[in-house]
Amino acid sequence: ETLVVYLRDGRTLIGILRCIDQFANLVLHRTIERIHVGKKYGDIERGVIIIRGENVVLLGEWDQERARKSGLQEISVEEILEAQREEQQQQQHQQTLRAKFMKERGLTLTPEIGPDDMY
Amino acid sequence: PRFTGNVLATGSQIYNSNLLFETYLYISALTMLFYSFFKSLIGKDVVVELKNDLSICGTLHSVDQYLNIKLTDINVTDAEKYPHMMSVKNCFVRGSVVRYVQLPADEVDTQLLQDAARREAFTQRQ
Repeated sequence: ETLVVYLRDGRTLIGILRCIDQFANLVLHRTIERIHVGKKYGDIERGVIIIRGENVVLLGEWDQERARKSGLQEISVEEILEAQREEQQQQQHQQTLRAKFMKERGLTLTPEIGPDDMY
Repeated sequence: PRFTGNVLATGSQIYNSNLLFETYLYISALTMLFYSFFKSLIGKDVVVELKNDLSICGTLHSVDQYLNIKLTDINVTDAEKYPHMMSVKNCFVRGSVVRYVQLPADEVDTQLLQDAARREAFTQRQ
């Protein structure tokens, strides 16, 4: 079945489930990595992928009906990577502003989310 | 040792026990208890809140010994700012990423649950 897998680092993979075990380790076939920015998304081909269960947040069953109704727009890979980079820059900027703001009040801001565990 | 029961928190968050060496036994006993508890809630509507603040409302389809949860007919309750969820109707949530499972109050007999938990705790301690 085609599954949407959401990983701990924030990535979304869509592929055909080949096998699964009790730890939710997965083997996906014909996988695409879908990057979402706002209402747009872009796909990158990945092929066969093995995922260790501890990195999985959730697995969803891909529903064609809902996919059509979702109103998401597909754009090319370069554009989506650009958009993603911009989004990340904005978030970084906000983080630095927040950290500066806190520092002025004598507090330090420790980010709860790191690149590895973006959920 | 003082036992503060956080009934609806996940097993990994029960670290209030002073007897650290018994914590694992304690948790393993409790997961059987909560496994049975969730099995009794199959078919009911619940809201699962994950550690990344994503809240998913859906019907509890099944649960396993790791408290992995399968929900059918889901609907992301908070802002649909998680676009990857938009094409998903049924999902499987890994137990380790769940922060809370919100249940309607009238479906849970808290007295019964408290008594059962207390019983488990006593049998474990012996």
